[in-house]
Amino acid sequence: MSTQKAQHPQAPAATRIHNIGYRNYDGPRLGRAYERRALFSQSLRGAYGLGRSAKSKVLPMILFAVMCLPAAIMVAVAVATKSGKLPVEYTAYAIMTQPIIGLFLASQAPQSVSRDLRFKTMSLYFSRPIERSDYALAKYGAMASALFILTAAPLVVLYVGSLLAEMDFTDQTKGFAQGMVSVTVLSVLFGGIGLVLAALTPRRGFGVAAVIATLTISYAAVSLIQEIARANDSEGVIQWFGLFSPASLIDGFQTAFLGASSAFPGGAGPDVGVGVVYLLAVSGLIVGSYAVLMLRYRKVGL
Amino acid sequence: MIATESLSMRFPRVTALDRLSLDIGPGVTGLVGANGAGKSTLIKILLGLSPATEGRAAVLGLDVATSGSAIREQVGYMPEHDCLPPDVSATEFVVHMARMSGLPPTAARERTADTLRHVGLYEERYRPIGGYSTGMKQRVKLAQALVHDPKLVLLDEPTNGLDPVGRDEMLGLIRRIYTDFGISVLVTSHLLGELERTCDHVVVIDGGTLLRSSSTSDFTQSTTTLAVEVTDTDEHPDGTSVLRKRLTTAGLTLHAGVEDGLPGAGHILLVEAAGEETYDIVRDTVADLGLGLVRMEQRRHHIAEVFRPTATETATRGTGQVTEVQAR
Repeated sequence: MSTQKAQHPQAPAATRIHNIGYRNYDGPRLGRAYERRALFSQSLRGAYGLGRSAKSKVLPMILFAVMCLPAAIMVAVAVATKSGKLPVEYTAYAIMTQPIIGLFLASQAPQSVSRDLRFKTMSLYFSRPIERSDYALAKYGAMASALFILTAAPLVVLYVGSLLAEMDFTDQTKGFAQGMVSVTVLSVLFGGIGLVLAALTPRRGFGVAAVIATLTISYAAVSLIQEIARANDSEGVIQWFGLFSPASLIDGFQTAFLGASSAFPGGAGPDVGVGVVYLLAVSGLIVGSYAVLMLRYRKVGL
Repeated sequence: MIATESLSMRFPRVTALDRLSLDIGPGVTGLVGANGAGKSTLIKILLGLSPATEGRAAVLGLDVATSGSAIREQVGYMPEHDCLPPDVSATEFVVHMARMSGLPPTAARERTADTLRHVGLYEERYRPIGGYSTGMKQRVKLAQALVHDPKLVLLDEPTNGLDPVGRDEMLGLIRRIYTDFGISVLVTSHLLGELERTCDHVVVIDGGTLLRSSSTSDFTQSTTTLAVEVTDTDEHPDGTSVLRKRLTTAGLTLHAGVEDGLPGAGHILLVEAAGEETYDIVRDTVADLGLGLVRMEQRRHHIAEVFRPTATETATRGTGQVTEVQAR
């Protein structure tokens, strides 16, 4: 102690800690657009468990890995066998892996919106400059983006792999672009449906169950009815039944417009004429989801 | 700070606010009313979140009907109910809320650290909120309302659910928000006594109408009543009645028999305190009689009295006192 003092005789005076008291904030306040972006990025990161507890990172990260793994294997196989062609079309990948997408949506849509409702954090958001539409838009955008990252990442793996394997550039690029359009539409459609179902209840468990039920049961039912229709030689109606589940909607949409081969029984996807009906149904659902969200948050007060 | 002009809010079944005209200046203002008096409705309108049926209101000179967003940028709000997610830490949560108020990321972090320190949260701010006590949660709620350095904060029942010590600390903190931070405060409560200590000005609303608006000193000065309780001695088997006679002779005003029917009420004398000398008279008289002084305490007007301002003076006081005794 004494030596220290001898060495630094001025130290106490120089390093004194002042209680500076309350400081006012004179800096910028960046307004609604910035706040909407802040909520968007917080929700998007939250969908992958970033900025949350270690436990909540587990499921989304596992799902992300499970989503990308088959793509990596396919690329490896294609390179090893020098087939010159990927074993799966870009547009078919999301339809193939839709249970994983459904699980991701079912686990993350409720955590995105039900939490705010359940813990009544909504009143803190609405006592800030943002309006209800900003909140709904940011949450919707974040959910769709999270799904897009999940569904587009394996396509990027496929595309990069195919180029490294020196497959035909034009073909691959065209397929990749079609796949990207398809997963974009899928992300926005699924995200909207998931958020609406999750926002209807503050109970997270109900939200999870509702999302899984809506996605899987509807797809299973549609596939079953389509099979029955095919067995009864009434293939003309197969394409109409596709309108009744989110996944078959995407399937029909990309068959009609993105040159995908349909996963419908017998490959009996809709042609461009019926495809317009699919396009209308998809847009209707997206707009409807946003409208329902807005309606829902109109009721949530302070 | 806040001005309303014949502000009304009618729902299909109830009228929450009925032509309310207020003018609230800088400082700490208490908004008192029973449950359902229209306090929360008023706050919602002031934040520009629900349009009033008729009338006008302005906060910080901005019209609530047209500039809701601009008002909310300069105003902080602390809700009455729980509003914190349990799985994030206070720091993360308040940083996010600061950004939601438009603060750039770096400023949001700095302001969060400052604000949490000012409300008295230190090491625990890195732990998840789920493990906090009620008092700590209230501090986090207060911090998120102050983090963007607003010009005015609206605090809805901030002392709800706190123990007496926590209550005192919270009231002290509210006082400091204005005196040290320079932020005006509108704080609601259904306990007038609580607000008397913290507020410069008290506004009482009931059934959506303004009952009274005055500075706190007006409330307290006219309201002091002394409750005196004495023991009986062998010399004076009924100490209370002897003292009552003596005090009346000494020229003091006593409210007799108002607490009849309540346990122990017969032994409590209520003396109107005109000033400092009243205490001396009571003390000397009791000593003179050789009685034991069990208690001599100030009783303030209870909220219930303010709710019945037009009834005859004695009757009003009487009801007020009874309510207060029951409340203890």
